[in-house]
Amino acid sequence: MSNRAELMESGKPFAFDAERDAEFERLAKRYPSRDSLILPSLWLVQDQQGWISTEAIAYVADRIGTFASQVYEVATFYTMYHLQPKGKIHICVCRTLSCYLLGKQQIVDYLHNELGLKPGQISEDGLFSLEEVECLGHCGSAPVVQINGEFHENMSVDKLKEVLATLQSGGRS
Amino acid sequence: MEVKILSARFDIADANKLEVAKKHGAYGTLEKLFTMEPAEVTEVVKASGLRGRGGAGFPTGLKWTFLPKGLDKPVYLAVNSDESEPATFKDRYILVRDPHMLIEGIIICCYAINSHDAYIYIRGEYIYQAKILQAAIDEAYAAGYLGDKVLGHDFRIDVTVHRGAGAYICGEETALLESIEGKKGQPRSKPPFPAVEGLYGCPTIINNVQSIASLPFILEKGADAYKAYGTEKSSGTHLFGISGLVKKPGMYELPLGLPLVEVVDKVAGGVRDGRTLKGIIPGGSSTPVLTAEEAQSVTLDYESMAAHKTMFGSGGIVVLDDTVDMVKLAENLVHFYYHESCGQCTPCREGLGWMLKILGAIIAGKGKAKDIDLLLELCDNIEMKTVCVLSAACTMALRSYLNKFRSEFEAYIANTASAQPVM
Ligand SMILES: Cc1cc2nc3c(=O)[nH]c(=O)nc-3n(C[C@H](O)[C@H](O)[C@H](O)COP(=O)(O)O)c2cc1C
Ligand code: SF4
Ligand code: FES
Repeated sequence: MSNRAELMESGKPFAFDAERDAEFERLAKRYPSRDSLILPSLWLVQDQQGWISTEAIAYVADRIGTFASQVYEVATFYTMYHLQPKGKIHICVCRTLSCYLLGKQQIVDYLHNELGLKPGQISEDGLFSLEEVECLGHCGSAPVVQINGEFHENMSVDKLKEVLATLQSGGRS
Repeated sequence: MEVKILSARFDIADANKLEVAKKHGAYGTLEKLFTMEPAEVTEVVKASGLRGRGGAGFPTGLKWTFLPKGLDKPVYLAVNSDESEPATFKDRYILVRDPHMLIEGIIICCYAINSHDAYIYIRGEYIYQAKILQAAIDEAYAAGYLGDKVLGHDFRIDVTVHRGAGAYICGEETALLESIEGKKGQPRSKPPFPAVEGLYGCPTIINNVQSIASLPFILEKGADAYKAYGTEKSSGTHLFGISGLVKKPGMYELPLGLPLVEVVDKVAGGVRDGRTLKGIIPGGSSTPVLTAEEAQSVTLDYESMAAHKTMFGSGGIVVLDDTVDMVKLAENLVHFYYHESCGQCTPCREGLGWMLKILGAIIAGKGKAKDIDLLLELCDNIEMKTVCVLSAACTMALRSYLNKFRSEFEAYIANTASAQPVM
C-alpha cells in the first residue's frame, strides 16, 4: 500500500489532454460500470503528468461520476501510482527471491553509495529516484531493474552504470 | 526433453504480428469451433485433462461447467495475466511472443461458456507487454476475429485489457474482479464462487493466460493429442520458469511428469560454479521448499508434488545451492507476503508483520531459543483463518524452511546466545 501521507497538491487544476481524453472515451464504452474506469484513468493521469495530484483525483472522480474518496482509495492502494513527482530517471530494483539470490543488494548498495539514493527517495536535483519493488516477472534473467518502465535484465553494477549514463545524456537506454 | 506445443511460434520472428502468426497456423481452429456445440468444446477440454496453470491446478473444463444454466445475466471471462508470484515468468512469453494464441484461446473459451466480454487483467509493470498485446487485439478486431460478428458468425466477442498497478494480491481471482470493478484489490469471501457471482455480480470464469493459450492446440489436435504429453493425471505440457543459482536459467516448455533434478541438470545446466544443490523451490515462492535429497525423487506433476508435501504451483522452479542462507531467504519471502497483504484480515496483516520482526531479530543476532517454535505456532494460527490463501502461501513456505533447515535458524540463535556475557 502506498503511504497516504504522500498525497500532494500540484497547485494547478488538472484535465486530460486531447489524446488522453479520447482514450478515456474509448475505454468508457468497454465497461458496464463507470467505476471500472478508475484504474485506467489514474494510469492516464500518471502518463500525462508523471504523478497523481489531489487535483487530478478530484478531476477523475468528477469525470467518472463517483466519489473522490473511492478514487483516493484506489490511488493509495496500488503501489505503482505515484502520489508525488518522481525523479526524471525512476529506478525500480527487484528485491525478491531470484533477484535477491543473484545479488540485487550490490545494485542497491551502489545506488546508495554513488548516488546517495535510498529506496523511497528522490535525489535533490530531481534527476533520480529509487524504489525497491517486489518480483517483476523476469526472474529467469535476474537481477532485474525497471527504469522508467523499461526492463533491464541480467543486471550488474557495471551494466547499470552504462544504462544510467546513456539515459543522462538524453539517449534511450 | 523440451517440446514445442505452446511455444511452437515463440522463436519465429514477429510471430506477435497477425500476418506471421496466421501463416504459422494461428486462428486455424475457428472454422471448426463454430461447427461445434459449446458443450462439445467443453467436453474436449475436459477430456484433455487440462488443469489450471495459475497455480491451483483445477481442471479447466470442469470449472466451466459450474456456470449456472439458463440465467439471463451476461457471463464474463477474466483472463489472469497478473503473474506476480515470485519466480513465475512464463505467461509473459505468451503475451509477447504469441499473443494471437491467447486471443484464439479466448475466442474458444468465450464460445464454450457463451461469454461476449473478456477482460485480460495484466500486471501494471508489464507496460511493454500490454502494448504488444493491445496491438495484437487491435489487429484481431480489424481482421474480424473479434467484434460484433466473429468471422461473420452471429457471435460477438469484445476483449479489453485492464492494467493492474502493482499489487500481487490482484492475482487472487476475486481481488482481480474487485480491481476490474475499480476497487482496492481485496479478496471476497467465498462462496459465492465467481462462476455463480463474479464480475459485476454476474457469472464469471477466471482462467490463467497459459490455461487459455493451451486451448487452440487441444481443439485443433484433439484431447488425446494433448494427453499424449504428461502423465495420466497431469496431462499436457507446461511452460516452466527456471531461475536462481543455475547455469542456464530461462523459460522451457516441458511435458509434465519429468524428474525434477534431471530437468535442472539437463535442461538448465545444473547448479552454477560447481557448487552443490541445497534445495529447490518447485513451483513459485509459496510452494514448500524441497531439500536436495527430497528433490531426487520428485517428478514435475501435481501428484508427485503433493506426495512430497509440496505443490506444483505455477511452474517457477528456483534452484538453491550450498551458499544460500536459508534464514535470510525465508525473511526475504515473508517480507514479500507481508508487503503484499491486502490488510483486511487481522491474522494476515498483523501476523505476517510479527513473523517478519522475529526473523529480523534472529538475523540481527537478537533471536531467542523459543523463537522458532513461536514462528511455527504463528504459522498454525494464521493459516486458514483468513479470507484468502495469501497468508497460507506465506506460512506454508515459512514452515518448510523452519522444519527442513531448522539447524540454520538455531545456529543464528546459538551464536547470539554464546555472544552474550555469562553472568
Ligand atoms: C495470492 C494469490 C495470488 C495469485 N496470483 C495469480 C497470478 O498471478 N496468476 C494466476 O493466473 N493465478 C493466480 N492465482 C490463482 C487465481 O486465484 C486463480 O486460481 C487462477 O487464476 C485460476 O485460473 P486457472 O484455473 O486457469 O489456473 C493467485 C492466487 C492467490 C491466492
Ligand atoms: S489473507 Fe491477507 S491478503 Fe488475503 S484477504 Fe486476508 S488480509 Fe487480504
Ligand atoms: S524475483 Fe526479481 S524478477 Fe522475479
